[in-house]
Amino acid sequence: MSLAILLVGTRKGLMIARSADDRRTWATSDFQFLNQEVYSVAIDTRHDPPRILAGVGTGHWGPLLTYSDDLGKSWTEPEEPPIGFPAGSGASVARVWQIQPATAQQPDVVYAGVEPHALFRSDDRGQSFSLVEGLWEHPDRPSWVPGGGGACLHTVLTHPTDPDDLMVVMSAAGVYRTQDGGAGWKPANRGIQVANVPEDQRFPVFGQCVHKVAFHPDNPQRLFAQNHFGVYRSEDRGDSWAPIESGLPSNFGFAMVAHPHRPDVFYNFPLQADAERFPPEAKLRVYRTENAGATWDPLSTGLPEDPYYGAVLRDALVADSRDPAGVYFGTRLGEVYASRDDGDTWSMIAEHLPDVLSVRVAEVA
Amino acid sequence: MTSRLLLPAALRHYAGEQAEVEIHGATLGAALDDLAERLPQLERRLRDEQGRLRPHVLMFVDGVSVRTGTPMETPVGDGAEVFVAPAVSGGSAKGISPALHPLREVS
Repeated sequence: MSLAILLVGTRKGLMIARSADDRRTWATSDFQFLNQEVYSVAIDTRHDPPRILAGVGTGHWGPLLTYSDDLGKSWTEPEEPPIGFPAGSGASVARVWQIQPATAQQPDVVYAGVEPHALFRSDDRGQSFSLVEGLWEHPDRPSWVPGGGGACLHTVLTHPTDPDDLMVVMSAAGVYRTQDGGAGWKPANRGIQVANVPEDQRFPVFGQCVHKVAFHPDNPQRLFAQNHFGVYRSEDRGDSWAPIESGLPSNFGFAMVAHPHRPDVFYNFPLQADAERFPPEAKLRVYRTENAGATWDPLSTGLPEDPYYGAVLRDALVADSRDPAGVYFGTRLGEVYASRDDGDTWSMIAEHLPDVLSVRVAEVA
Repeated sequence: MTSRLLLPAALRHYAGEQAEVEIHGATLGAALDDLAERLPQLERRLRDEQGRLRPHVLMFVDGVSVRTGTPMETPVGDGAEVFVAPAVSGGSAKGISPALHPLREVS
């Protein structure tokens, strides 16, 4: 019998939930990393035992990247700093926004996206990371600006078959792609709009505040993006983008995630507007497309019917690997909801938490 | 030069649950370099990877704040007390202003 592990990183700690009955019921752990923000979590199942990694903000005492090889019972912080800018660079890691294990072809490689805008790579499963110099030295970097959450590299997308093909997403710099393992990078934002600048400047080469990009591994050419202003799809791995927001109640939001088995199915959690970061009409609903963005359907069976004012952040909506898929999200009101039937029905699995920043799920032996 | 680094409760875990540790060096920078050799996890709570005092960390050498000027060049005499405290600015995304955090007695 496999065990489903759900990590819930919050503004003030990490909760781990376990389900041993095919995700019907969940047992939650004591809170860990008390009073510390957990912006990024990952479950690396490429080795046995699996490794949990967490990017923890210790408040006064700087960021921490730590890992556990016993499913969160104990945590290891290497003596040598696991992540940091080289001496003389003048930069220091303010926050670890993303931890992304690479594909099975590179079982020891883990990427980390940080603030300020930078990508780090580990070749020892996350015990030590090195700066990806090609992106750090990019000539566009002096012109990148922070988004509302900071100058964050918040998303890393590995290609399912080509380890040299990597994409990163940054606020507010946009999408960048390398095809040579990280030495050279090109912006990949053509067609994505910046709406808060004069009309003749709305399609810059870079500078978009893209909040999340997702793709299905069966079709890595097709990308879905939740931008600050707009929802987009690319059919050519970021060379060009076209809007697909017509069926959504809003084009603002943070989260976007792919169904694990159906390449045309994606999930989105729209918010009313950048100045109204609430679910549209104050109704808690996940939106699903089953035709690659041509139409979107609200999913709310089992979700609260009362007015709901909690947003879902960019890393707080995920899907597991099952079919039908388990879909999970955490809200800024400290509630976690789960579906085990592709999103058709939902139930609450945790409440009264601090606001949820990051959610990840995996099955382990 | 040997001085005493006095730790708040939140950092004692990194010092074997001790409230203070000895550090060695004629300046604060040298003393923290020494600390990095022996207790690296504790040292990096105080300084970032460029050797700068973290923005929400207060340090006092014999009761005098070191936030202004060049903190790491602060002389640390033999037997000095180096007091560490979290600033009250922890919820802010910005650094603290020394003017808002006047010196206080080291107890």
